[in-house]
Amino acid sequence: MSISLNKAESNSFNRRLFLKFSAMAGALLINRGNKPGKTRAGITGIIGTGEEKIIRTGCPAHNCGGRCLLKVHVRDGIITRIETDDRPGDEVSDPQLRACIRGRSYRSRQYHPDRLKYPLKRTGKRGEGKFERITWDEALDIMHGEISRVIREYGNSALFIPYGTGSYTNLNGRWPAVRLLNLLGGCLGYYNSYSWACTNIATPYVYGTLNTGNQRQDWLNSRYIIMWGWNPAEMIDGTNSAYFIKKAREKGARTVCIDPRMSMSAVALADEWIPIRPGTDAAMMSAMAWVIITEKLTDDDFISRCCSGFDSTQMPEGCEKEESYKDYILGTRDGIPKTPEWAEKITSVPASTVARIAREYATLRPAVLYQGYGMQRRAYGEQVVRAGAALSAITGNIGIPGGWASGLASQAGSEPFWTVFPVGKNPVKTSIPVFLWTEAILRGKEMGPADGVRGAPKPDNNIKLIWCIASNILVNQHSNINRTIKILGDEKLVEFIAVQDNFLTPSAKYADLVLPACTQFETWGVEDGWKYGEEVFLTPKIADPPYETKSDYRICADLSKKFGVWDEFTSGGKDERAWAEWIIDNYYRKTRFPEMPLFKNMEESNAGVYVKPVIEPVVALAGFRKDPGRYPLKTPTGKIELFSKPLFDMNLPEEIPAVPKYITEWESPFGREAEKYPLQAIGHHYMSRVHSTHDNNKMTMNAFPQHVFMNDNDAAERKIRNGDLVRVWNDRGALVARCRVTSKIMPGVIDIPQGAWYNPGEDGTDFGGNINVLTTERWTALAKGNPQHTIMVQVEKYRKG
Amino acid sequence: MPQYAFYIDTSACSGCKACQAACHDKNNTRSEIKWRRVYEIEGGGWEQQNGAFISVPFSYFISMSCNNCGSPVCVKACPTTAMHIDKNGITVVDPQLCIGCRYCEWACPYNAPQYDSIIKTMTKCDLCEDYLLAGKKPACADACPMRALDFGTFEELSRKYGEEKRLLPLPEPGLFDPGFIIKPHRDAGRATNEKVKVAAKKEI
Repeated sequence: MSISLNKAESNSFNRRLFLKFSAMAGALLINRGNKPGKTRAGITGIIGTGEEKIIRTGCPAHNCGGRCLLKVHVRDGIITRIETDDRPGDEVSDPQLRACIRGRSYRSRQYHPDRLKYPLKRTGKRGEGKFERITWDEALDIMHGEISRVIREYGNSALFIPYGTGSYTNLNGRWPAVRLLNLLGGCLGYYNSYSWACTNIATPYVYGTLNTGNQRQDWLNSRYIIMWGWNPAEMIDGTNSAYFIKKAREKGARTVCIDPRMSMSAVALADEWIPIRPGTDAAMMSAMAWVIITEKLTDDDFISRCCSGFDSTQMPEGCEKEESYKDYILGTRDGIPKTPEWAEKITSVPASTVARIAREYATLRPAVLYQGYGMQRRAYGEQVVRAGAALSAITGNIGIPGGWASGLASQAGSEPFWTVFPVGKNPVKTSIPVFLWTEAILRGKEMGPADGVRGAPKPDNNIKLIWCIASNILVNQHSNINRTIKILGDEKLVEFIAVQDNFLTPSAKYADLVLPACTQFETWGVEDGWKYGEEVFLTPKIADPPYETKSDYRICADLSKKFGVWDEFTSGGKDERAWAEWIIDNYYRKTRFPEMPLFKNMEESNAGVYVKPVIEPVVALAGFRKDPGRYPLKTPTGKIELFSKPLFDMNLPEEIPAVPKYITEWESPFGREAEKYPLQAIGHHYMSRVHSTHDNNKMTMNAFPQHVFMNDNDAAERKIRNGDLVRVWNDRGALVARCRVTSKIMPGVIDIPQGAWYNPGEDGTDFGGNINVLTTERWTALAKGNPQHTIMVQVEKYRKG
Repeated sequence: MPQYAFYIDTSACSGCKACQAACHDKNNTRSEIKWRRVYEIEGGGWEQQNGAFISVPFSYFISMSCNNCGSPVCVKACPTTAMHIDKNGITVVDPQLCIGCRYCEWACPYNAPQYDSIIKTMTKCDLCEDYLLAGKKPACADACPMRALDFGTFEELSRKYGEEKRLLPLPEPGLFDPGFIIKPHRDAGRATNEKVKVAAKKEI
């Protein structure tokens, strides 16, 4: 504990807070005097005897894929225990929303001694991490001065609020700042995400929509489920997704997990695990198509009615002579039939297994092919998305209960919300692909349509001011850290950086100004059920913001006064609670959930969540399947496009083929680079973190410490033993971390879970185990997305000096 | 007195450690003191033919707290009677009597007694006795996102789940009469023919 009771903290409020933080540290020492089973040791004994309140609220999910319900025990304003959903029933239509280790361990983040407490101003060099404490008034004056100056000297399009999901209720994180800047003339926009850049762009080329998913309860109608690179048990792709798979298995579905790692989901949800070489999924998919086509297991009626570009009989106008999907699979043009034997050499999956999975998938109908997102955060991520969708199409598993169309698979029938808080319109029309923000720093004014710029031919500025909120994207989560920190370190490029967060993250260390935000437990918010859920959570303020922390909304409201737009910003004086009320009463109740209780009833009932039970799961594309003429897709042909004319017209067939193809990645085991860097490295989403959030949470990190996971054989070759420190490097950087030697990852592949906090030594080697010192800033061809799992590396036992 | 027991569905356990986290939170135990812990079991190996992997390893998880044994060896091993069965039939440690000799830790095949090196005393799971008295299940049992844990008397649970207690590498149950029922993982059978080991020992 480094907190001292100095003068500034001597008022009663802060004394209590001091006790609160100290108590947490003390609480974790079990008191010898407390007898187990009698008085529970811990904070209850130390912090007063006030009445215990139990508040139901949404988990501060930080944009993991889940949205769970917490039952938070509070005594004297201090969170003493965190339980989870215990609503009776727990039916499949409305199951309990049970929290994982991240939610259950939240107290150790909430009462972490390193929480930011005061505004800080940089004193050393950028990135050095040296700061002095300043007052809020000084901090807001600096913000006001810098934003005004950059607008005056460059214009609004030189302002940028980067991607970030570290605080993700509808009132927190970046949204209030976006609203404020929009009132001041706007800022450079971005589109797409780091999570699913490729599937977000590729899916509509096939289906004309992103809403290709059935409601998840429909998995219980499936006979066969392929979890392709999908690990819902760990990354929580929707609360209860893993549980629904368990229920589907109980009803008799056979499940297969295809993944380079024996993931938690492979262990707990699958009847069979098939390891596959990273980046080669589209090869196996193509070979499955070869089996399905040559063995006449296709759904010909569905193909003829609903697909376009399958074979030469259904090519779009003007492309009659081009290579169809079937041509590619059979190899009629390129001379390479995509047989299981062909795929075996690429994927390391035995040909017999490829053929068997193809037959099972095509005949055990209805079947689900669920595509995880990891395999599309790769060099040719767009191809794997389209190749998977093609398999769903040729087997006719689309638009029927128990089937699944693949692609992004947002659920049909009810658009997800993402943002409800009204941010207003951005007067700056230019937006860039989210992954290209460092390009916009270096050469924004030279960027154009080839870089994916939208809304205008090109930005009229380079980025000059960054206001980074609840985000570790500046350093930690973007590719190629050693490149990024050079860019950020040059004060002539980005002239001002403000970071607003709970902790001094690796990104915050590159700030000129650090603004201390409170956690989601310390302000109001509203959360929705993320990609799938039929849920709305009210997250009330449970504890007071400690020290001088403020909510993201409050910070922006205070800043709006300096700009003289407080009235507009707060819409006549709304505070956080009033906005939560507005969102529930005037948005949700007037759109998707008219039967939802009013805000005040929700608050009174302490329910924490409103759920609309899923009795009859919606099936995506069902109308289209029945009558494609009457309900055409929003594609040029109105059909499922196995051949895409818009992609053909781009005339970049090597990287953006008109039919989905397996393309050898730019860094792979098959190229010259493998001589120097023979191992593929992937960075899966780790149970102990949500991206980089919780990396400093001892309770989660001690349960799942940061490791380099390496196969026994690869380790033995390098004389590496379990628990050794290893050095992992390539041309872009190096890291040191402890090695976990395991049989649960395929030979030739290592896994460095993404999100560890960058912690460089003197020579720039990262000792935090952050995979992004190894990743590349190169973007994918079509989506301009992040290919962060496509990297080759070498590993050795670490020796100091 | 009926024996309390856990049902542990290793066919559905993903090793996510939500149970362990719920236990830490409820009992205010430091992260290294694991009244409930999750064992990661690995077995089998890789076999390659022409570059393709024709045989792959297997793995499962076993979540375990105190098994409230019918014949608790920890009680027998204790030289001071600190480890004892209380009036509710639950094996607990009396910290006033415990001298921190750690014999119980040695004796218990399930690592249930957990030594606290700061206060130099054994600590252990008491099945959330206060919750039981209030009519609730232990914190861990209601935590599992996969619904792979359950709690009740052995009799109640065995009616629902059978009486299986064998899963490698757990010891033969006969000596201890542990209060658990196990649903074996799909690959439990492989464990009888191929070597299995407890992985990630440092995380336990």
